[in-house]
Amino acid sequence: MSDTTGSLRPALVTGDKTIADVTRDICAPMERRPTGLWWFAFSLSGTALLIGVAAVWYQIATGIGTWGLNRTVGWGFDITNFVFWVGIGHAGTLISAVLFLFRQKWRTAVNRSAEAMTLFAVMCAGIFPLIHMGRVWLAYWMIPYPNTRGSLWVNFKSPLMWDVFAISTYLLISALFWYVGLIPDLATIRDRSQPGLKKRVASFLSLGWNGSARTWNRYETVYMLLAGLATPLVFSVHTIVSMDFATSVIPGWHTTIFPPYFVAGAIFSGLAMVLTLMIIARKVMSLEDYVTPKHIERMCLLMLSMGCIVGLAYGTEFFMAAYSGNGYEQFVFKNRALGPFSWAYWTMVSCNVFVPQLLWFRRVRTTLPLVFVIAILVNVGMWFERFVIIVTSLHRDFLPSSWAHYIPTWVEIATLVGSFGLFFTCFLIFCRIAPAIAIAEVKGAAHLRKRESRQRAPGEKAA
Amino acid sequence: MSHRVLLATFEHEDDLLAATEALREKGLRIVDAFTPYAVHGLERAMGLKPSRLTWVCFVCGMTGALGMLWFEHWTASIAWPIDVGGKPWNSLPSDVPVAFEAAVLLAGFGSVFALFGVSRLFPGKRARVVNPRSSDDQFVLAIDETDAGFDVNAVERLLRDFNVADTQEQIVEGGHIL
Repeated sequence: MSDTTGSLRPALVTGDKTIADVTRDICAPMERRPTGLWWFAFSLSGTALLIGVAAVWYQIATGIGTWGLNRTVGWGFDITNFVFWVGIGHAGTLISAVLFLFRQKWRTAVNRSAEAMTLFAVMCAGIFPLIHMGRVWLAYWMIPYPNTRGSLWVNFKSPLMWDVFAISTYLLISALFWYVGLIPDLATIRDRSQPGLKKRVASFLSLGWNGSARTWNRYETVYMLLAGLATPLVFSVHTIVSMDFATSVIPGWHTTIFPPYFVAGAIFSGLAMVLTLMIIARKVMSLEDYVTPKHIERMCLLMLSMGCIVGLAYGTEFFMAAYSGNGYEQFVFKNRALGPFSWAYWTMVSCNVFVPQLLWFRRVRTTLPLVFVIAILVNVGMWFERFVIIVTSLHRDFLPSSWAHYIPTWVEIATLVGSFGLFFTCFLIFCRIAPAIAIAEVKGAAHLRKRESRQRAPGEKAA
Repeated sequence: MSHRVLLATFEHEDDLLAATEALREKGLRIVDAFTPYAVHGLERAMGLKPSRLTWVCFVCGMTGALGMLWFEHWTASIAWPIDVGGKPWNSLPSDVPVAFEAAVLLAGFGSVFALFGVSRLFPGKRARVVNPRSSDDQFVLAIDETDAGFDVNAVERLLRDFNVADTQEQIVEGGHIL
């Protein structure tokens, strides 16, 4: 019955696995001691994290005058990093929610780690606006609570306020989605581990799950609901992030193309990050049979399509500037491509538009080292996209007398390094303590080998 | 009140599905099934009704959206009206994004907590696991034995047609089964 559909599409899990093999293989990296490679990666990311902690401590203690910002360029590395990290998170939700609604079964190989990535990326993103406030200890003023200052409420007309709600909702819903997906797998860990701390923790967190069909029935409904909620949520989050810019009157920001352009860019960069992580993780954790070159290829195709949308948006921006007849708008775009930050602009265009075109070739999509390099370049390109949008639109404003240049200080660079440290440290710990692949979902989606099918006599009732 | 149930263990989801259908055709009551993953079609074979949790989600979402819209209107136009860029105090469009986020937040958490509530899942609950391998690679069907006409041997014979791996009788205490 299910085997006929299995032969039409390439197998989701290779290596002729049984259901029990899936449990064992995915739990294996958690049950053995960490490898040398893991320790190497962990010490590297831990160091980066410590550098970041030191930098953040220094800039909070001293003030954000330690940054290279000036009166003309008021947003620089901080907001670039914020938008970059929020964007990275979006592919996780795309894979876990949007592809779920489209019934793309191949998502089961990557959804768990992509959701974890979302969570960590949004954590990294949240740090930057907080530091940017300068007086981070007053961050709770953004929460609308009855206070002794009037009570003065927050300004709900400000897109920056919308951002507070969008990002915190996104973080909470992503964490919820991730945890709900983990519950059946935690029950699996509970049932297969020896009595001890691990069993107790898994038992506590799995909420007494016993795989009852009645519970599964409700669980599937709720999972579908969460996917249905997360899909518009992910679009709203980056739409609102883009409105931080689009509702201003700055040439280069004040444009209606921003919401779709930002959402496509976010998913593009997130897919690049998923590919970067999964190409390494499948090797290090010996999960090559679960994250197969087929999965990588499909993600490449998604990345290619998103890259083309982003390329179209770059072109549209120039067209609109020319067509609008607005001198300031035209100046900003000429300045972007030919001005002092043209190196950043062309880095962005080459990494985001030209390089991904290689993915049209199947040979490129199936050569994993090449895909890895392309994914890294897209990450670089997407970081520069945000830098270009923010800095080039600001540094030469309406009055030539106030034109300025922007050079980041070591504090800003160290904070960026630290955010990567936080991201990778969290991801490496996640790989050790939780199943990196959704065990229950892979079992349900893949057409696995049946254990005794060979013992069954031909013609016998096989149901 | 105690129930007597027959636990039938299967190795494949196809066998579980076919056995469930055959047992129900014979008029036997399926108490529950325990599977390592969501077996599609099992809810139909067992005759389970679609979950009504979608309504919880809808109600929570509407509460979130309307509650937040009211709150935004109240803070910006009644409690302390502030002129922001000459916009009207009660400008509805600018209230939409936050109201939407509140709707998603409440709907998401509302439906998950409702799931935990109706399925009696809570942190620290002692799982009633009938077979530890039901979270790994085996499928267990719990068949009600309380009916006077229940013939264990006949049922076991029937189950053998569906490659049952193991059968076992068990007494379950309490009104809420398993």
